[in-house]
Amino acid sequence: MTQLITQLLKGEPIALARLITLVENDSSTIPEVMKTIHKHTGTAHIIGITGTMGTGKSTLIGSLTRAYREKDKTVGIVGIDPTSWFSGGALLGDRIRMQDLATDPGVFIRSMGTRGALGGLTSSIYDVVALLDASGKDIIIVETVGVGQSEIDIAQMADTTIVVTVPGLGDSIQTMKAGITEIADIFVVNKADLPGADEAVIQLQQMLCMDTLSEWQIPIIPSSSTQGIGIPEVINAITNHMDFLTETNHLFQKRGTRYETELLALIKKKLMHYVLDESRLQGTIEKMVDTISQKKMDPHSAADKILKDILA
Amino acid sequence: MTKKNIRVLVAKPGLDGHDRGAKVVSRALRDAGMEVIYTGLHQTPEQIVETALQEDVDVIGLSLLSGAHLTLFQDVMAHLKKRGMEHILVTGGGIIPQEDFDELKKIGITHVFGPGTPINTIVEYIQVSVKK
Repeated sequence: MTQLITQLLKGEPIALARLITLVENDSSTIPEVMKTIHKHTGTAHIIGITGTMGTGKSTLIGSLTRAYREKDKTVGIVGIDPTSWFSGGALLGDRIRMQDLATDPGVFIRSMGTRGALGGLTSSIYDVVALLDASGKDIIIVETVGVGQSEIDIAQMADTTIVVTVPGLGDSIQTMKAGITEIADIFVVNKADLPGADEAVIQLQQMLCMDTLSEWQIPIIPSSSTQGIGIPEVINAITNHMDFLTETNHLFQKRGTRYETELLALIKKKLMHYVLDESRLQGTIEKMVDTISQKKMDPHSAADKILKDILA
Repeated sequence: MTKKNIRVLVAKPGLDGHDRGAKVVSRALRDAGMEVIYTGLHQTPEQIVETALQEDVDVIGLSLLSGAHLTLFQDVMAHLKKRGMEHILVTGGGIIPQEDFDELKKIGITHVFGPGTPINTIVEYIQVSVKK
């Protein structure tokens, strides 16, 4: 394990790949790894890309990565796709749009399934990003699953969140609804070569006009990967956003919020493991279910009693 | 304690524009509970091997209908060896004549699935082989 960590800190892709698998499989060795690498994290700029399926997130990431490579920045990419509730399997297809980057030693791409998580990410994402960060990547791009209106976990994970939309997804009321329209640091109107792009930009501008509290002016950038439009503008906006975060001390706060989210999630997970450990429960659940069925106790009282007994 | 999902890379090496078969197989493996990464068309052997490395897959399924399997599969195996990734199970599929099966086995393609192979044969073969 020590050797794997040493290789990871040198940026060797094979160690990074192995460690991500151990994280995904919830290996018991991972807490020790995370303990060792924690002090080597915090240098990467973490960019979250979210939006509805088919808006061109993967293709946009391919274009952004090529632009970052021209500036000699190394890039780590995590593409998340849904795990089937029925089979537990997944078809991970994000990297098809960026396969030309597969042999670039400055780029590492990993595809992941959600494995039961609901917020557009996967529960191991914090550890995976920490591994990419410790491996020395300058930029880390996390692509969420194709989201609907309310999967917003990415905003807590990323320093900069980009919401990608396309023309024709609805009228101005859609942009006023709560949810993913609230988490953007940058809006990208992708496929801007399609009819309706100007309207989409105007609707977003009108929505943002109503926001008088934000110190950061959220840019709205039309782009088209097939036409090569908008990519330098998106890169500029990302850089400007990081400058804003650093100058206003928001970065420190934002990362504090991220650690808080991660910490609470870990406490929940470890508590669940502890409480629901079969050796500790020893058939208590089955017995309580019987008691509840016989109306001798209600579910709330039963849960309180079990927790009280275990945590006593 | 480790939970384990079998991870499979379905790859299309070389100049072959037909991937209906690769997609059908990908879908079947997904429905059997595996995580399937599909490369898309026209991949070089290096791209396939680097992808397998980054994705840390257990299996690579090479699909080829063009007739260049002897050359391209051999290239993939050579790159795997160079990267120290010989632990990965590699299977082949597509329009591959029976008389080439032995040659492919010799270079390390553990199984070749020709036309007409029932989809369950592929799923079961992978499930059994990866467990070993």
